[in-house]
Amino acid sequence: MYVAVKGGERAIDNAHRWLDEERRGDPAVAELSVAQIREQLALAVNRVMAEGSLYDPDLAALAIKQARGDLIEAIFLIRAYRTTLPRFGASEPVETGAMDCDRRISATFKDAPGGQVLGPTFDYTHRLLDFALEAEGLEPPEAARAEAAPGPVPHVTDFLDREGLLQTETMPGDDRPRDLTREPLELPADRPLRLQALTRGDEGFVLGMAYSTQRGYGRNHPFVGELRIGTVPVEMEVPELGFAVEIGEIVLTECETVNQFVGSKTEPPQFTRGYGLVFGQTERKAISMALVDRALRWEELGEDNVGAPAQDEEFVLYHSDNIQATGFLEHIKLPHYVDFQSELELIRKLRREAEERGGDAQREAAE
Amino acid sequence: MKELPQDDATGRKAWMGLLARAPATELAALWAAAGVAPGFAWLRAPETGGVMVRGRAGATGAAFNLGEMTVTRCSLKLEDGRVGHAVAQGRDRRKAEIAALVDALMQGSEADEVRATILDPLAAAQAGRRADRAARAAATKVDFFTMVRGE
Repeated sequence: MYVAVKGGERAIDNAHRWLDEERRGDPAVAELSVAQIREQLALAVNRVMAEGSLYDPDLAALAIKQARGDLIEAIFLIRAYRTTLPRFGASEPVETGAMDCDRRISATFKDAPGGQVLGPTFDYTHRLLDFALEAEGLEPPEAARAEAAPGPVPHVTDFLDREGLLQTETMPGDDRPRDLTREPLELPADRPLRLQALTRGDEGFVLGMAYSTQRGYGRNHPFVGELRIGTVPVEMEVPELGFAVEIGEIVLTECETVNQFVGSKTEPPQFTRGYGLVFGQTERKAISMALVDRALRWEELGEDNVGAPAQDEEFVLYHSDNIQATGFLEHIKLPHYVDFQSELELIRKLRREAEERGGDAQREAAE
Repeated sequence: MKELPQDDATGRKAWMGLLARAPATELAALWAAAGVAPGFAWLRAPETGGVMVRGRAGATGAAFNLGEMTVTRCSLKLEDGRVGHAVAQGRDRRKAEIAALVDALMQGSEADEVRATILDPLAAAQAGRRADRAARAAATKVDFFTMVRGE
């Protein structure tokens, strides 16, 4: 039996009107502008761009405002908007070696050429609430400046590469990566597809997976060979011109891990790599991505599958997307009256049958 | 449509990049101050879309899809037939229009003037911002020193 239920429209309209009012909060408090969110909640904006898979700080800030600060809801809004955009093409792969670095640290080489540049980091803060920020209108101290040596900073992994101690990256013959925003995710996935899923994956999920490898579920002994944050130009071939031009610039966080590797049947003892590259200043995510990337490479490196969750491509890739996850999870709160009605009837029927059987058994026992 | 020779690819490549990266308000202000307003016809009206940005595994390996960025593109033709193109970051149609106009003007006799009034100031502003960030980063560079202990 199919029963159409109507009558929710007025309630829904009024719920949304109330939502708009609640979003604004106390009208006695000044309204937050999109520019304020973009400038002052920049790391939230970065997360929404990374997981929304769209680099546009103004749109991400708008989405955060509309979602009342619920970042997954904001990511949902960005993903929905993204699908309305015509795709003009794909960029040339960005050259992270040419990055203008705001931050660049190595946990493996103290004296790496280019130096350890801390950048605007939370590291080494004491994590004490700063009540001075409660007072508005205080100007922050001006950042210190020092003479800068211009020019690109070499990747730390280049040095290990030169000695042959690090597994070299190979470029496939057909360098057009599969795109999971255009075709459904099919397994087995190759590394480019996994990297796409991880860079747009939920930060909390990817962090949890990475942490599980550190705690022993598929341990892979990572060192952060290099972590860099900065600006890179994006180039695209323009057909009308017949050559590639810069179409803009973006901030990226890149993490290269160097992992201990004693060798396997197919590979000599050497260091191996995990790689993380994420939109914006997003270093927790980039490090997590690198660890999970490395864990998922067990097969190509001839390592044992110890059954760890982070080694399970299907488990990781099918559960990393927070929009897919939230869509399926939250749909169960929507009306399931008809489904539930049939369940209810089934339970009643089973109980009736059980009672009848029980009655029969009692009679038999009495006889 | 008559397309002008593009043997100056490096020059054109440089100014198109400069225009694409420019903040929309900065470009609009310079354009207004320059006071040029050539007549033109659209070959392709401004349209906002996405470009899939790619990276490489391990920075040097296989290409992978990182995510899209918003860009606005357009093409136009000046009354004398010069064609200008723009593919510029963001969703600002006016920015793309000005970028395509500058691209077209740079292919003719106005090039020197447009360079002096628009491109040079844009380049100076971008270089200034870049140098300023680099200087702040340089101030956070760690100076290790070794402490000799015991004897």
